[in-house]
Amino acid sequence: MRLTQGTFSFLPDLSDAQIQRQLEHALSRGWALSIESTDDAHPRNVYWEMWGQPMFDTPDAGAVMRGVNACRQAHPGRYVKVNAFDSASGWETVRLSFIVQRPAEEPGFSLLRQEGPGRTQRYTVRGYAVERPAGRRYPETDR
Amino acid sequence: MSARPSTPDRAGAPGAERYRSGVIPYKAMGYWEPDYAPKDTDVIALFRITPQEGVDPEEAAAAVAGESSTATWTVVWTDRLTACDRYRAKAYRVDPVPATGPGTSTPQQYFARVAYDLVLFEEGSIANLAASIIGNVFGFKAVKALRLEDMRIPVAYLKTFQGPPTGIVVERERLDKFGRPLLGATAKPKLGLSGKNYGRVIYEALKGGLDFVKDDENIGSQPFMHWRDRFLFAMEAVNRASADTGEIKGHYLNVTAGTMEAMYERAELAKELGSIVVMIDLVIGYTAIQSMAQWARKNDMLLHLHRAGHSTYTRQKAHGVSFRVIAKWMRMAGVDHIHAGTVVGKLEGDPSVIRGIYDSLREPFTSERLDHGLFFDQDWADLRKVMPVASGGIHAGQMHQLLTYLGDDVVLQFGGGTIGHPMGIQAGATANRVALEATVLARNEGRDVWNEGPEILEAAGRHCAPLRAALETWKDVSYQYQSTDTVDFTATPTLG
Repeated sequence: MRLTQGTFSFLPDLSDAQIQRQLEHALSRGWALSIESTDDAHPRNVYWEMWGQPMFDTPDAGAVMRGVNACRQAHPGRYVKVNAFDSASGWETVRLSFIVQRPAEEPGFSLLRQEGPGRTQRYTVRGYAVERPAGRRYPETDR
Repeated sequence: MSARPSTPDRAGAPGAERYRSGVIPYKAMGYWEPDYAPKDTDVIALFRITPQEGVDPEEAAAAVAGESSTATWTVVWTDRLTACDRYRAKAYRVDPVPATGPGTSTPQQYFARVAYDLVLFEEGSIANLAASIIGNVFGFKAVKALRLEDMRIPVAYLKTFQGPPTGIVVERERLDKFGRPLLGATAKPKLGLSGKNYGRVIYEALKGGLDFVKDDENIGSQPFMHWRDRFLFAMEAVNRASADTGEIKGHYLNVTAGTMEAMYERAELAKELGSIVVMIDLVIGYTAIQSMAQWARKNDMLLHLHRAGHSTYTRQKAHGVSFRVIAKWMRMAGVDHIHAGTVVGKLEGDPSVIRGIYDSLREPFTSERLDHGLFFDQDWADLRKVMPVASGGIHAGQMHQLLTYLGDDVVLQFGGGTIGHPMGIQAGATANRVALEATVLARNEGRDVWNEGPEILEAAGRHCAPLRAALETWKDVSYQYQSTDTVDFTATPTLG
């Protein structure tokens, strides 16, 4: 399966040049960029691992791109995304968030059902990857 | 001339004279105060008045102020038991409406501003506000037609309302979806599908790339699909699609029913099944909407409002209530989504009017913009932002126009434009999602999507067969009709 979280997941994977242009756009809006990675891309896993702090004082897309590449090198088998954070009053939240790396193989999620009364079901979405312990979920590539 | 029988002017007359039994002009009763400076705590209403032949516009404005506050048709001595000056609404300004009156095809109209003291309104009650401002006065004989165009709600009053249970910021954080409009579709055909077939439409559309699917406004619990069946199959579809894509998905389960008890019962099942959103129709009434808003806040539920019925009183320019007023009331009453116009689709919507409405829903502060139909500065007092929904006759080929007109914080709903796709529902959803992401990507790169939109979409279609098919199928569709609800002022107003 292809995980379709993030702003641009229905497009072909972005090239580094395309990523850089999105970073420049975010910086032009005054947003702070941050990099996060995970080996558990469950739709409700909102806390991916931070790659350093959000870069509140980095005005240079090239520097952010170097951070993206360092994170990719450290975690070649993980999902990596870039977030753009807007601290303006009334927002104070992420304004753009897109995936910049995915594992070579994306096993996806199973849907577990528990029968309840009156034909109701309790649903659980569970990632196939998390059947293995953290750090060993994408063994061919992760370190 | 006056709306009432001609009598001596008693304005400023001593009490005994002013309150002598009989019928006197509203102006003379104290409802016209041209020197009045509205207080920061006043509610202000702007009415469009078409007076009856021969009725003086100031008297008509005073009559509207009177009939929407304390007045009755004749003098009553019991006013003297009250500090009645405070309870009287004050008409304080009347301006002729541009392009009406002699030499035009429209009878002369006037914009009248009326200020109401805060004491007149119960805290946290849209029903009470509406009963005052639009309660009786719209049937009043001295005016041929009357329209409530806009309102300024004071911060002091706004703070008595809960507002949206979730709001745009928290909705996006819950959905984990940022940087683009959300995508939806209404399941079609709107009537007749069994629960199982209905769920199929939902599953295909969500799996194909939409964020939401929606019940239509007239889906309740009919013989072909009772509500429990619909809810159970819909949630199977939502959860299947979520597991298939790794995204959070939702289906607006319409809980509109005949009683509050029935609505709460339906909403409780939606919650029990793990739905993130429930839906109501505007026709359930303001009080029911506020009750559901409280329920939604308490249960971490998005609340989607379909504006069913509004066009009966919002569309005609001379008489009724402008939708911008309804939108403001709904931000106060507390909904998370509201259908608010598409500009380019099959339903009524002038671009400038829609802009004013969207701003009123999404901005923390809106400034007076006569060319957008906004007559007042409005501080929204940190009430959360409502996500507007654009729905009705739109398709992937208009993506650049939709994004330019409506911005990022909107739900774009392609019903026919998803389900009517020649390659199937999933393909229809994928076409819309690819078109959207490609257009956002290009805009962020600094490209002029308004002018380059068609080539951006065509380029995106090269790696997406469903988008190619969508562009081909709907290339000639457009709705070129004149809007009936338009603004009265151009960008450089000469009046106001």
